[in-house]
This record gives sequence, structure tokens and C-alpha cells, in this order.
Amino acid sequence: MMKKIGGMAGAMLLSLYAGASSAAWQLNLTTGATKSTQVIYDLHNLMMWIILVIFVGVFGVMFYSVYAHRKSVGHKADQFHENTTVELIWTIVPFFILIAMAWPATKALIDLRDTSNPDMTVKVTGYQWKWGYDYLKGEGEGISFVSQLSTPQAQIYGTEAKGENYLLETDRHLVVPVGKKIRVLTTASDVIHAWYVPAFGVKQDAIPGFVRDTWFRAEKEGIYRGQCAELCGKDHGFMPIVVEVVSAEKFSAWAGEQKKAMAAAADDPDKKWELADLKARGEKVYAANCVACHQANGQGIKGTFPGLDGGKITTGPVKGHIDQVLNGKAGTAMAAFGKQLSDTEIAAVVTYERNSWGNKTGTVVQPSDVKAMRK
Amino acid sequence: MSAVLDTHGKAHDGHGDHDDHGHHTPTGFMRWVTTTNHKDIGTMYLWFSFAMFLFGGVMAMVIRAELFQPGMQIVTPEFFNSMTTYHGLIMVFGAIMPAFVGFANWQIPMMIGAPDMAFPRMNNWSFWLLPPAAILLVASFLVPGGGAGVGWTMYAPLTTQMGPGMDLTIFAVHILGMSSIMGSINIITTILNLRAPGMTLMKMPLFVWTWLITAYLLVASMPVLAGAVTMTLTDRHFGTSFFNAAGGGDPVLYQHIFWFFGHPEVYIIAIPAFGVISQVIPAFSRKPLFGYASMVYATSSIAILSFMVWAHHMYVVGMPVAGQLYFMYATMLIAVPTGVKVFNWVATMWKGSLTFETPMLFALGFLFLFTLGGFTGLVLAMTVVDVQLQDTYYVVAHFHYVMVAGALFSAYAGVYFWFPKWTGKMYDETLGKWHFWLSIIFFNLTFFVQHFLGLAGMPRRIPDYSLQFAEFNQISSIGAFGFGISQLLFLYIIIKAIRSGEKAPQLPWDGADTLEWTHLPTPAPYHTFENPPTVK
Repeated sequence: MMKKIGGMAGAMLLSLYAGASSAAWQLNLTTGATKSTQVIYDLHNLMMWIILVIFVGVFGVMFYSVYAHRKSVGHKADQFHENTTVELIWTIVPFFILIAMAWPATKALIDLRDTSNPDMTVKVTGYQWKWGYDYLKGEGEGISFVSQLSTPQAQIYGTEAKGENYLLETDRHLVVPVGKKIRVLTTASDVIHAWYVPAFGVKQDAIPGFVRDTWFRAEKEGIYRGQCAELCGKDHGFMPIVVEVVSAEKFSAWAGEQKKAMAAAADDPDKKWELADLKARGEKVYAANCVACHQANGQGIKGTFPGLDGGKITTGPVKGHIDQVLNGKAGTAMAAFGKQLSDTEIAAVVTYERNSWGNKTGTVVQPSDVKAMRK
Repeated sequence: MSAVLDTHGKAHDGHGDHDDHGHHTPTGFMRWVTTTNHKDIGTMYLWFSFAMFLFGGVMAMVIRAELFQPGMQIVTPEFFNSMTTYHGLIMVFGAIMPAFVGFANWQIPMMIGAPDMAFPRMNNWSFWLLPPAAILLVASFLVPGGGAGVGWTMYAPLTTQMGPGMDLTIFAVHILGMSSIMGSINIITTILNLRAPGMTLMKMPLFVWTWLITAYLLVASMPVLAGAVTMTLTDRHFGTSFFNAAGGGDPVLYQHIFWFFGHPEVYIIAIPAFGVISQVIPAFSRKPLFGYASMVYATSSIAILSFMVWAHHMYVVGMPVAGQLYFMYATMLIAVPTGVKVFNWVATMWKGSLTFETPMLFALGFLFLFTLGGFTGLVLAMTVVDVQLQDTYYVVAHFHYVMVAGALFSAYAGVYFWFPKWTGKMYDETLGKWHFWLSIIFFNLTFFVQHFLGLAGMPRRIPDYSLQFAEFNQISSIGAFGFGISQLLFLYIIIKAIRSGEKAPQLPWDGADTLEWTHLPTPAPYHTFENPPTVK
């Protein structure tokens, strides 16, 4: 029976080399869309071959012993022990095998960590629970947006059929040109996240207060999906990454469009808003930024995230409310939204919160009020 | 100081009239509360750890039930996070570690010819610290905000966002740490001072050696963890900024401190397991351990290396290349002494006269699966490969091969092996074999497929996943339910054996040759070796 198990495990190990034919039964690392992933794939396969040889050697001996040296077939125990030559050999030989593994691993590591001379630099900021992208250098400089999960809650909670890219789809894609070296700077605003795209062989922690870097050069156009890889609280499983790799021409066109759209969308900071308009705008901001914790009905989650319906802040002095949204609350999950949202958006969401559910303060917060409170 | 020595002296003088004294000892519940007997305390450690094992196991079942298919069905994401957190904490600190301390309590005095542990009262205290810690862990689910959803690694600054459940968890870790340190001091003192005449260090059974080394690891690493969680506590409540970048701290500092404890911790769990296996395999091969001295040296090397490799858990935090290279080489180096151990076990079996009772089956299961876990460890040691696999299910599969097939299987091997000596009864051999085969099949069904999930890029600690991972997750969940149910069989086997097991022969295993088998009756009486044996 023991042998059977051994054979089964061996067959399973071998099947690692069958390669991945369908995504659903993928058995090995992806060969991905960059040279780095190919290097990692090859190195991993090399390791698996070496391991397989050692595995067969060691367990071949063990299972032979299990087969041939049983008491039930009348085998009498030898009493030998200690043999300096044998012990030296099995200490030194593995050492050389390790050197044989370390050599290509070292070469690969030194190549893969070289982030110098990028064509483009993008800053990735982890927020609970979405990603912010800022194009810092190269074509598209100045483009900035936040990208978050676009799978509807109905699919997650099973009232609607799940789509093809369930949990791996976002409202905005990180768009990059093909064949260009993209340097990615990672940071975070609240807790540690990790930016992980398997098809690029990239995983880099995003650490609040620090900037780290990594890079990729996508060789093939297409859409590549990844996820946050460091536990970052409640919705850690719901902050995917979607990268769209396009041709240089398409990228230029996209970058141009984005800049125009950003200019058009910029609100006039001195505009005076009516309650109804501001509340409608605020509802959208709330749905994008606040709903994960404070919930659509403003009740929050008992014991974890405070309710806003009849809340102390949302019905108290308006300055305290704006301050909380701008600067967050230290020691809690309440993030500072000052850098993510514009004055108009903050004014809108505060107005929305003060005039929704059971809250009827009637306060209208103007963008200029928010601006005045920024330091 | 002299007062301390006096009481100590009295305790020893008192040994002669200990039998007299025995008549006045409390019975019932108070017997267990006040006991200073190493066998009683060992028994309590073992039962406590098994209770915690079932408790942590139920949490694993909740995790696997939620992951049975895509979508959120059973629990909320925040409850899921607290499940992964307390499953890890309870299994590591509540189940596996106390189980091996239980073995140490029962076996070390009997194996070195000592009457009891060196500090019997501290021994009692180090056990009775555990239930309050367990209560604190459970209580954290009952406070506002519920259990902390931060993972057993408790990374900052996520910990600052949690409710009071986090504080209860921190205090539980403090108490568990104190218990471990006291237990370790006791074990070190017992081994160094109470050996029978003639029992030189290099004649000690390997199980005793492994515990001596483990106890040093515990004494060196537990205070580091206590420091890390204390800093977390002050960051949470007293305005310090050890791990808060806005106040001049560094979140990554927490990880360095945690893993400086955390990597030795892996060997704190694995090394006593090596010890048990090193007793079981020779006994059922009817042949001495092949390389006793090289096993001692290999274990010591693993222990020393374990303090020099911590940052291989942190390849993706953004270390300089030189740092990554150093930690990669140092980690790979551990394969050498680990290989020596595996080769020694196999060479011990070679040309032996093998039989396959339950303890031996679990020992072979350990050898086979622990080695697989070692291989995947080697894969993860490669920095560039680890960039793809860090924080994915590959890592989950890897450490369950090492922790479950490593530590748990060897604990089972140990329980079945020493059960006749402890109770004077035999367990049901057929059921024992069933327990083994069900465990190993369902274990592999659960965890082998998780390698594939990790290779395909499924992150760990997520309550829901995309559709491409559905098939393997379903297989894994089915395996997990089977594995969970199979462990109840173990409880049945033990209770049945205690109640109505056949009387154990004096020497149930031909090849067992340590002092507890050769010099003591079966079952071992309440007090043993009041006069030390002489070892030649």
C-alpha cells in the first residue's frame, strides 16, 4: 500500500511537467508575458528535475528497504552503524548540488532586480481596498486614477451568475505600452499591500511611508490580471489588478484621451453647489470609497466599522466631519482621503452623509469650505 | 537566594517520605490542579493540546467550507480573516508546541533516569498558564469587533486597526511565551543536572537531545516575539511609533523581529518531531540509529542556522540584492543537515528487520511527506521563484507538509509508540492503521493540490477566489473534511484503549531499548527512578 502511495505521488510530481493546457487545471507556473517569467519558469523546472532525481534516489532506497528488509519475509537485522566515509559523502555531495542550483538562481536574481533605465515610471499606491496609479515619468506623465473591483456584489453573494473574470476585473485598467521597460514604484497609504501580477513575474510589497520598486517589460499585447498578495484587512481578497498592454500607437492615443478627460472632469473649485446636485454627486463618491466599511445603508458593521446613520461625527459639527474625511482617524481603519479625493468630492460626500438615511442636518458643504481646511 | 536553595534542598530530602506524603495528596480535580508529578503534567499537556487541536481544526473546517466554491456563502470576509488568524495561532501555540512539551514531560525523566523534572512546581505553573491563554484567545471572539483578522504573523500596521480582540490575543501570546520559557528552563536544567550516573550527553536518547536543543531555541526566541507584540501593544494604545512610518517607525521592522522569532519557531516544532522519529524508526527496524553522533551535530547545525535565515520570509518587502543573495544561500544551506537526517533514517532502515505497526507507519509517513515539504522549501528558498510563490497557496501547502505531516504525524507516532508504557494498555492496531491510512490519503488530497493553486497564482488568506481556482479548491476542501473526521477516529482509539484496551506486554516493541523500556515496569508507576539506574 505504501508503494502505491509512492507511485501516486511520483505520478503527480511528473504531471507537473505536463504543462498547463487549460487555466482551470493549471499545474505549473505561468510562462507569462515577460522574459523574467520565462527565466523563473525555467529555473523552477530545473529545480523540479533535480528534486525528482533526489526523490527517486532516496525513496527508491527507502521503499526497497520496506520491500526487502521486512521481518515478515524473515529478514534478520544487521547491527551496523556509523560509517565516516558514507557520512562525509552524503554531507558533501548535497553541498555541490546546492551550488549547482545557486549558480543560475544568483544570475537570474541579479538580472531581475535591475530597475535602472526605465522607459516609463508608474507609482502604484495601495489603499484599503483599491489601487491608485500615477504615471510619473515618460509618456502619459500626469495621468492619475484609482482602480477598484468592478465585480458586482450580487455575483459575490450568489444572487447573479458569476462572470468570466469574476473577482479579477476592475473599473480602470493600468494601461502600458508593449515592449517598454516599466518601472513600478510601490507604496501604500494605510497598511501593507502587495502588487502581484503573475504574468509579469512581479510581486512587490507596498508599504505605507516607504517607496519600493520593481519593473516589467511586457512582450505581448493583452490583458493581464493579478491580485493583492498581502493580507490587508477585510477586503484583501477583493482588490484585483488589471494591466492592459497595448501597442505604442494605442497607448499614445489612450494617454491623449486621458489627459483631455482629466481636464474636462476637473471641477471648478469655486463653484457654488445646490444640495440636490451635491448629494447626487456624493452618493457616487460614497459608493466608490465608503461603502465597503460603512455599508450602503450607513449602518456600518457592528463592533468593527461605526455606523454613519445618526453617527456622532455625521450629525455633529461640520468641521469635525470634514476633518475626519480629510485626515482620517489614527489607530483605526478610517483612512485619510485628502490625497485621493478632490475638494468637490469631499464636499459632496460629506453633504451626502449629512443628508442621507436618518440624517437630516440640511448642511451644504461647499468645495471652498474643504479647501479652507486643507493644511 | 539561600532561601531558594533551602526549599530546593528540602524538596530533595523529602523524597524519602514522599510515599507517606502521597497518601495526603488531593484527589479528583484538585489532584490535577496541584500536581507536581511530571507524568500527570505530561498527560495534561497532551490532552490540552489535543483539545486545542480539535478547536483549531474546526476553524480549518470553516475556512475550507467557505472556500469550497467561489462566492461568499458561509461567513463574512472579516470573520474569515479571524479564522485564518486563530487557526494558525491555536495550532502553533496551543496544539503542536504543548503536545511536544507533553512528550518532554513524560519521557525526558524516564529516558535519562531522573525521578521527575528539576523544578516540579514551576512545571505545574507552566502548564496551568496555558488554559488562561486559551481562554483569552477564545474570548477575543466575544469582544466588540470580534477576533483579530491579521493572520498568525500579526503584521503591523494592520494590527493597529483591530478591536480589543487584538489586545486579548497579544496577552495570550505573552502568557504562552512565559509558559514556554518556563518549560524550557525546566527541560534544560533537568537534562543537564538530573541524568543518571553513566548517562553521558552522547549516550542520551536522541529525543532528549532534540529537546535540549529545542529548549535553547525557545529561550532565545520567545522573548523576541514578546518584544514584537509588546511594541504592537504600545503602538496601539500608548502613542509609540515603532511600526508606524508617520511617526518615524518602520512596518518592516515588525517583520524582521517577528521572523527572527518565527523561523526558529519552525524548528522548535520540527526538532522534537525529529527526536520522536529517531526513537521510532530504530525500534521498528530492530537496528541502532545509523549515525547517532552525526544526528546530534546535524540537529545542532539546523538550530544555529535557523537564526540566520529569517528574511527568506520577506523576499518581496524590498531588500537589497546582497541581502536577498545572503538569505538565499543561508536558507539553501539548511538542506545539508536536513539531508543528513533523512539519509540517516533511511540508512537505519536499510538491512533492518522491519515491521509496520502504527507508530512506524506514522514515522514513515512523516519521513516521506516531511521530505516533500523540505523539497518545496528549497524551491521557495530561490529568491526569484519565491517572487512568484510568496504569499500564495504554494506556501500554504509547503508549511502544512512540514507542520501537519511533519509535526502532527510524528506526534501521533509518539503517542502510539509510548501509549503502552504510559497506560499499560494496548490500542487497537487495526483501527490505528485505519487512522494512519485515512490521514495520509486525505492529507495529500487536501494539500497536494494547493501546490498547483499557488503555482497558478492564488493568493493565501482570501475568502473568495476567481473561477479558475474552483476545481482544486473543491478537491482540497473535500480532503480537509475527510482529514478532520479521521482525527476523531484517533480520539475514539485512545478512549477505547484507556477503557477497555488489552493489557500491554512488558516490552511491546522488540527494538525499543531506552531506559523507560528496559528499566521500568509497564505501565510506568507514578514515581519512577527514585534511585537512579546506572548506565554503562
